[in-house]
Amino acid sequence: MEKARPLWATPLQFVFACISYAVGLGNVWRFPYLCQMYGGGSFLVPYIVMLIVEGMPLLYLELAVGQRMRQGSIGAWRTISPYLSGVGVASVVVSFFLSMYYNVINAWAFWYLFHSFQDPLPWSVCPVNGNRTGYDEECEKATSTQYFWYRKTLNISPSIQENGAVQWEPALCLILAWLLVYLCILRGTESTGKVVYFTASLPYCVLLIYLIRGLTLHGATNGLVYMFTPKMEQLANPKAWINAATQIFFSLGLGFGSLIAFASYNEPSNDCQKHAIIVSLLNSSTSIFASVVTFSIYGFKATFNYESCLNKVILLLTNSFDLEDGFLTASNLEQVKGYLASAYPSKYNEVFPQIKNCSLETELDTAVQGTGLAFIVYTEAIKNMEVSQLWSVLYFFMLLMLGIGSMLGNTAAILTPLTDSKAISSYLPKEAISGLVCFVNCAIGMVFTTEAGNYWFDIFNDYAATLSLLLIVLVETVAVCYLYGLRRFESDLRAMTGRKLSWYWKAMWAGVSPLLIVSLFVFYLSDYIMTGTLRYQAWDASEGQLVTKDYPPYALAIIGLLVASSTMCIPLVALGTFITRCLKRGDTVPGA
Amino acid sequence: MLAPPLASAWAHPSLELHHCRALKSGKVTPPRSRFTVTHQILWRSSVPIGARKKTRAHVIAPGKSPCSDSAATMRQNNSITQETQEGPRLRKYAWDTNEEYLFKAMVAFSMRKVPNRETTEISHVLLCNVTQRVSFWFVVTDPSKTHTLPAVEIQSAIRMNRNRINNAFFLNDQTLEFLRIPSTLAPPTDPPVPIWIIIFGVIFCIVIVATMLLILSGIQQHRRKNEGPSEMEDTEDKCENTITVENGIPCDPLDMKGGHINDAFMTEDERLTPL
Repeated sequence: MEKARPLWATPLQFVFACISYAVGLGNVWRFPYLCQMYGGGSFLVPYIVMLIVEGMPLLYLELAVGQRMRQGSIGAWRTISPYLSGVGVASVVVSFFLSMYYNVINAWAFWYLFHSFQDPLPWSVCPVNGNRTGYDEECEKATSTQYFWYRKTLNISPSIQENGAVQWEPALCLILAWLLVYLCILRGTESTGKVVYFTASLPYCVLLIYLIRGLTLHGATNGLVYMFTPKMEQLANPKAWINAATQIFFSLGLGFGSLIAFASYNEPSNDCQKHAIIVSLLNSSTSIFASVVTFSIYGFKATFNYESCLNKVILLLTNSFDLEDGFLTASNLEQVKGYLASAYPSKYNEVFPQIKNCSLETELDTAVQGTGLAFIVYTEAIKNMEVSQLWSVLYFFMLLMLGIGSMLGNTAAILTPLTDSKAISSYLPKEAISGLVCFVNCAIGMVFTTEAGNYWFDIFNDYAATLSLLLIVLVETVAVCYLYGLRRFESDLRAMTGRKLSWYWKAMWAGVSPLLIVSLFVFYLSDYIMTGTLRYQAWDASEGQLVTKDYPPYALAIIGLLVASSTMCIPLVALGTFITRCLKRGDTVPGA
Repeated sequence: MLAPPLASAWAHPSLELHHCRALKSGKVTPPRSRFTVTHQILWRSSVPIGARKKTRAHVIAPGKSPCSDSAATMRQNNSITQETQEGPRLRKYAWDTNEEYLFKAMVAFSMRKVPNRETTEISHVLLCNVTQRVSFWFVVTDPSKTHTLPAVEIQSAIRMNRNRINNAFFLNDQTLEFLRIPSTLAPPTDPPVPIWIIIFGVIFCIVIVATMLLILSGIQQHRRKNEGPSEMEDTEDKCENTITVENGIPCDPLDMKGGHINDAFMTEDERLTPL
């Protein structure tokens, strides 16, 4: 008796699963950075163009393939062409790498969440030094939020060569994160389908609350105005367009096999075109929504720092010159400085080196992305808000939901091919396979909890998925259009869903999107080649800031291995299939 | 061009000079401590005014105020209670003679706590050089009013009672600064069990319990499904036995089954019932 393939209980669960997977941390911490760097409001132009030209067609393609083939990535591509199951294997390998390092972010989010239930927040004050006369030296040089991140959370070593030991606190949080992921994927679509209701909707609730709070903060408008003012000249900068394309590509999570896996649990008659459009539109609007929140928080933080700086200068001058209290204000500061310089020149020269030039623009100009934004800049802004514990809990809870939602997709990409294969699923039940995958990932993930773990995390983050995904999606598009045949695929879709395929999709799949991907690929390769040696940012505890260092040779070898292990799957498996077929043909011919 | 700051009504030259001159004939006096109420939060005076004290001569020249050397400078900062979201709106601390009197009383109180200085009176505390900044020097004389007490002694006495002095003025270490007396930073409270472990433990247990429940219910379902097909398999086996009996020569099995039943009917029924 053939076991029926598990299905989503309602199409809504499928949509929520896709949204929960696509809307992830990148929307919160990468898009605002890009928006700021490439012209503020004018970045939206290349972003939306790329969404329509690249994002929607490729998303629709993946969902359609999954829904048509009704198998995980390996099985689906094997059905399209036996030589192409390497694409599926490459997707699984990339998803495996991703799930290894991505869950560490959830572990960090747990760590910060657990520490948010204290008064005062531990990252808002520096610890005092041994004889209680001052603050800890590293904390003085850096800020308290940086100190908490680099010293208390990561306990980072000065370079990637110094590995250090596994830190038990992040290790515990990592184990908890994996247990939570296991709990969610334990029963397959049955459990995942219920969990995605929360992981998809709760981040929006928190973002909405933060939007209201953010817009009412003092100085929020400074940030919004500064960031969103369009700088039209950036439209001519090719980097803006390339980054828009890259952001759309990676934000939707194409090429990992997760979308194929999710779509394979659909009813064949499901209207995946509508869902593709909905998911991609929601993903992009969430990015824009999150950047409004982020910029208002930036504005608040910058204004706060600017005013603190001004107050320090006022204090310094008032004390040095014994001025009347309240005499110096922000508005008359420059005039009084001029007067003091002329009236008491010698004293003024003494004090002058300590007077800092406070500028709101320099504060706003600090553009941060990635874990630095989430765990340093945001926490700095939160600690200055009222009832900061509440805002902190909400924020890290949202990060957790976003991260777990993406993890569900990643693990689905690994598990669906495994549970589809008869060889493995006949030996082990689904729960055992999931448990094994989670256990292996958790054990390898302990590397990221060592003292040099953050440097390895950066390696994986920058190199594990980027080039390989571009290649995978390129091969996917070319395979569907030219190997399987666009007309054959079109008639399959019409038989499945009952809708005719629009000319727009055909044009995009056959022509525009592959060209775009090829250009992105060429750009990335040339970028890597031109920069020569790869470098990374290391934390210098004595200086209290980041310094740039070169990767040692073995790290470079591992980077090469990461990229090669996924990209080489495609040709190697094709070659292997070819050889086995030749051998089989050689065997059968004498027999016939 | 701005006019220079107005002369403040807070200084009382006549009062201080009278007291300060009384010490004209004093003996060698070590530098006194300087005490400053600083402005605002986060700012410590690094103005080298204190340095002056260290190198000063000890002998008080006639006609010269002894307070020009050292003394604590009290610098009054605007009270931070008035801080609003728009930025700190500085409220002037209303400094008048009564506040001065209170200050002197607090200093005298601190000195009285020192073992052999119980007889310090308010009149022994002198304030000099009061500026509009609400910044002044102070010295403490001994009961005979001939010389001032060592700065170190005053500093340690004030350090012991810093909290009381702050509270008397509703200020804190940042807004009422004593130059040369570094404040002892309060270490953050360290609960015996870190809070985060408690929360971690709670969530960890919940997740483990939920996982166990799901796994156990999954195993139960699996077992129920296995019992269903295994029953089917038993009856099918029986069918097989009777079928093979039917196909073969029905001898022994018929005997075993007790013969008078028509096997054809039996097999029909048994073949049909499992479905």
